[in-house]
Amino acid sequence: MSPAPTTPTPAQKDSSQVRQKEMIARHFDRLADAPGTGARSAYTFVPGNLTELLLSFDVLPVLPEINALQSAMRGKTAEYIAMAEKLGHSEDVCTYVKSDVGMMKSGNVGPTGQRLPSPDLLLLSYTGCFTFMKWFELLREEYHCPVAMLHVPYQADGRITDAMRAYVVEQLRTEVIPKLEAITGRAYDEDRLKALLAQSARAEDDLVWVLQSARHVPSPIDAYFGAVYYVGPIFSAFRGTEDAVHYYRELREEIEERIRLGKGPVTPDGEMDRERFRVVVEGPPNWTSFRQFWKMFADEGAVAVASTYSKVGGVYDLGFRHDPDHPLETLAEYCLGCYTNLNLPTRIDLLTRYLSEYLADGFLINSVKSCNSFSAGQLHILREVEARSGRPGGFIESDLVDPRYFSAANIKNRLESYFQMLDQKRLGAAS
Amino acid sequence: MTPDQQRSALVQRADAIFRDQSLAAVGEWKARTGGLAVGFLPIYVPRELLHAQGVLPVGLMGGRPDLEIIKGDAYYQSYICHLPRSTIELGLNGSYDALDGIVFPAICDVIRNLSGMWQMLFPRVLVHYLDVPQNFDPAIGGAFYRRDLEGLAEALAARGARRLTDDNLRQSIALYNEDRRLVRELYALRRREPWKVPTAELYVVLRAGLLLPVEESTPLFAEYLALAAADASRRPQDQARVLVAGSFCEQPPLGLIKTLERAGCYIVDDDFVQVHRFLRSDIPTDGDPLQRLVEAFLTDAVASPTRYIGDGVKGADLERRLAESGAEGVLFCAPSFCDPALLDQPMAARAAERAGIPWTAFKYAENSAQFQVIREQAGTFADSIKLWSGA
Repeated sequence: MSPAPTTPTPAQKDSSQVRQKEMIARHFDRLADAPGTGARSAYTFVPGNLTELLLSFDVLPVLPEINALQSAMRGKTAEYIAMAEKLGHSEDVCTYVKSDVGMMKSGNVGPTGQRLPSPDLLLLSYTGCFTFMKWFELLREEYHCPVAMLHVPYQADGRITDAMRAYVVEQLRTEVIPKLEAITGRAYDEDRLKALLAQSARAEDDLVWVLQSARHVPSPIDAYFGAVYYVGPIFSAFRGTEDAVHYYRELREEIEERIRLGKGPVTPDGEMDRERFRVVVEGPPNWTSFRQFWKMFADEGAVAVASTYSKVGGVYDLGFRHDPDHPLETLAEYCLGCYTNLNLPTRIDLLTRYLSEYLADGFLINSVKSCNSFSAGQLHILREVEARSGRPGGFIESDLVDPRYFSAANIKNRLESYFQMLDQKRLGAAS
Repeated sequence: MTPDQQRSALVQRADAIFRDQSLAAVGEWKARTGGLAVGFLPIYVPRELLHAQGVLPVGLMGGRPDLEIIKGDAYYQSYICHLPRSTIELGLNGSYDALDGIVFPAICDVIRNLSGMWQMLFPRVLVHYLDVPQNFDPAIGGAFYRRDLEGLAEALAARGARRLTDDNLRQSIALYNEDRRLVRELYALRRREPWKVPTAELYVVLRAGLLLPVEESTPLFAEYLALAAADASRRPQDQARVLVAGSFCEQPPLGLIKTLERAGCYIVDDDFVQVHRFLRSDIPTDGDPLQRLVEAFLTDAVASPTRYIGDGVKGADLERRLAESGAEGVLFCAPSFCDPALLDQPMAARAAERAGIPWTAFKYAENSAQFQVIREQAGTFADSIKLWSGA
């Protein structure tokens, strides 16, 4: 007798996940409908995004980086990158850019399968990444739309000066806001912006609580792979919205419950039974094999308890919150404080601090070929953090969205050796 | 000595300075003057400001191909360009011991992050990140840049340099105006009569100029200009006129430049050692001299790929250069993994196509040693121009 056919059990989703999915679907519906409704859209970047300002003009944000990573997760980027390289883009440069170019040339169909509108404005928030500037120069040639350039100075000496803040604020006043006024035909409404910023701060409080929940042993969350989902709303189109406030409150309540029940994080194979290793991770994940990559950690019982990638859209755990009483100044401060806008000594300090505050056994650097902003200097970071913390670091190499640079066997090998080494150290310490 | 022999001797002198990676010329200058020497990474820093404070600006452009990279490679993954490796190597092996500081201009993420590494590796020297503005409104980007320059001047003074004064700065601007004027003349002569100014020679002279005080680089340029212009022994050959684009930071090995010339190309414009030509014209010596420096950067700089081109057509500057130089082809010659050059290239290639000028592209590293493939590519390209171009 053959066994009775079984239907797969649908994945259990927390309410916050369902909410996030609905938020994203509604946003992409609005974008798909934009040509008919006349809604305006602006393409912009995650680090230094000015979502509240865009929303105060009812402009819909589109994040090409997020489109690229979503394309990678859907297995589309090999084709997109090949198309861009055929058009003359070098194999050496950022694969987010090439994926975006390929996606545009393939009809600009977004992650939900709907066509994205062409931008009414390219909001070039030049924050923490040189490539952003070239990326939007390239897109401008394709879309022939206005560009608002916002140059955000680098925190080369590890601090924000009055001159930096004033420079960014002046650009917001004279470059960004007038261009938003021009594409929408509406005047800047500071009261509306303040109201949005107040909501941002509420969501940020809860996000920080969620990320810091990983200080518990066992950690109720994975602060690298899992955090990718948690930071989604606040790093993209929803910071400042009521939806984001509800999402983060709900997420916080779910994590509180996990802590109460002593549960570990959810992994691709369900809940983790036993936390064997606590690690801090530096660098963005690989997106083409995201699940496989995550499983390599989860199979070893390794939990990321803190990560720097979850700070690229804002380093809130050091205390920054959007301040509605100083709307433009707070936007400037936010841009200046994004992770990749911090100098290397500050990044090293942050990683060292995470290792101690999150009771981590060690740290791992995923060095991605595409991103010099993150990657240039990471071997130095490795050495310095090891020296300062006394905890071992591991180094793996992959890419953001180019599947050619994800060598699963290699990475798995390295990770297994690294975790074995952590084990040995632990045994050595115990004996 | 014949003019030819004189020119040859001058180039040899320049070559010896250029080849000395331990910066002996800088050490000698310091011993002689007691002044500070401050290095700067590509592409541009306002050398006038340093000079006005009695500081010797020293142009650093990575390492020569014969530099063995031992420690530098331990700091960088394989997919990062070569210049930061050699820079670290030269720093760690003591070659830069004569330097009291380094200025890192904001041109890409690699140089940017290198500034932080330098802070940690060499805590005793001045590290200044020159965050040049991408907003070119004098009241906004200009004000920010001015503050940055004032900060640099203060930092130099704190290390013992003399304070910046308007009179000193005006004097320095005048000296560098003359220095740049001579380089412009050299480039003009090469455009007119490229056989008289082989780029392999010109390049060595310009590189030596990076390591000498302006009081010495200006006479060097003037002498070379006079000797090259007067030389009637070099005769025109049937070579294709090409513009070489993309080599503004990490420099190609001298062997590569020679290879291009031997492959049948007259290089009539290029991006090499661009600090000498980053500003297109003289900086006025009247008025507030610091503001003049700021304005020159905002309004008179070349359209570098590192600079945001907000107004006008992207690539228009390349089209202008092609017209002015009479180039018949473009060689996109960028260092491997150079974001500014390689991300810019598709737009620059379109500009060349708009101008009806053929192009080809290849990459190099500063330590590339094999040029046969490039020689074939450049040679074929030059032949195709000679056979099928309208000229």
